[in-house]
Amino acid sequence: MSVKTLTIDGTAIAIEEGATILQAAKEAGVPIPTLCHLEGVSDVGACRLCLVEVKGINKLLPACVTEVAEGMNIQTNTEKLQTYRRMTVELLFAEGNHVCSVCVANNNCELQDVAVQVGMDHSRFTYRFPDRGVDISHKQFGIDHNRCILCTRCVRVCDEVEGAHVWDVAQRGAACYIVSGLNQPWGEVDACTSCGKCVDACPTGAIFRKGDTTAEKVGDRAKLEFLVTAREQQQWTR
Amino acid sequence: MDKIKFATVWLAGCSGCHMSFLDLDEWLIDLAAAVDVVFSPVGCDLKTYPEGVDVCLVEGAIANQENLELIYDVRRKTKLLISFGDCAVTANVPAMRNMLGSSSAVLKRAYLELGDVTPQLPDEPGIVPELLDRVVPVHEVVPVDIFMPGCPPSADRIRATLEPLLKGEMPVMEGRSMIKFG
Repeated sequence: MSVKTLTIDGTAIAIEEGATILQAAKEAGVPIPTLCHLEGVSDVGACRLCLVEVKGINKLLPACVTEVAEGMNIQTNTEKLQTYRRMTVELLFAEGNHVCSVCVANNNCELQDVAVQVGMDHSRFTYRFPDRGVDISHKQFGIDHNRCILCTRCVRVCDEVEGAHVWDVAQRGAACYIVSGLNQPWGEVDACTSCGKCVDACPTGAIFRKGDTTAEKVGDRAKLEFLVTAREQQQWTR
Repeated sequence: MDKIKFATVWLAGCSGCHMSFLDLDEWLIDLAAAVDVVFSPVGCDLKTYPEGVDVCLVEGAIANQENLELIYDVRRKTKLLISFGDCAVTANVPAMRNMLGSSSAVLKRAYLELGDVTPQLPDEPGIVPELLDRVVPVHEVVPVDIFMPGCPPSADRIRATLEPLLKGEMPVMEGRSMIKFG
């Protein structure tokens, strides 16, 4: 396997060919904020939080889906990137209906954490207050589209790990939403095995266990990574 | 040097931020020694917002005509305006009615459709302030100098915001302890 050498924030690093910039940064101990990235499933570059600057390329590249190349000189935390990241998070808050104080995921939410991380103390963008639905037709779980940031982690974990593909993205642009089955109520989708992986994969309180109320959703995101490692490397304990 | 003229106002919010302010406990005594409380639902009995206020904590979103008039008055007469809590910063729970549409849709839902006994719309011009069509955060109406999120902001967060101001310094609104929503 050939190895690529590159620099991330001035630190020289060598990593195997085919690795992403995000993996290289992790190896180098450089933290890059992410939302749609989830260990154990494929990357799609949906949230744009992991954008980095690569010398010689005049556009910003998402670290999670950009492969490393020989001699790359990468900056992960320039003023420009900080500005864009904060703007991205403000837009996510302004776009949906994210009311932390009454959310099931309060204090255990990756969107909330990332807001702190990028230093967002308010949104400069006008809130949209879109009219979105809540589906509680499933016996054990519910999905509140108001809290969804369309990271598609649920779509990927259901398809790639559980193999059920209950979820997908419907519509286009601002009308996009996570759809269950053939646009059926979640409770009526036969393919759903009620495994709950989407609940653990969801970074916010959009997909939750029924019965959990404000600040009661405690996710176990490492479980998904464990399941993948278990299957691929036969490590059945953690 | 004259004492700092300090005010707090309560717009569309549950008063939880003011309760959290009272949670400052004995530090309130130090604060009282350092400032003149010139207007506040929990610290002063004046009904008219005075001129020349140095620092004002604004709790709540802008939801009705009275909130709107008061916030313009506050901004005009205040040097440093602090959005105090999630309702002021994001419009928070009061803004969840925005999803229903205009104020008439909201009133109809609350007072007619859900009214158990003698359903009727509240209508007392000059006494009951009219609802605005949209509930908005304070900074969408007037410029805000400091944002202090939290539902409510903890007493520690309030103190960490006010203490530097007493020394003439600006607080650093960064990190989980200062800016976490909710």
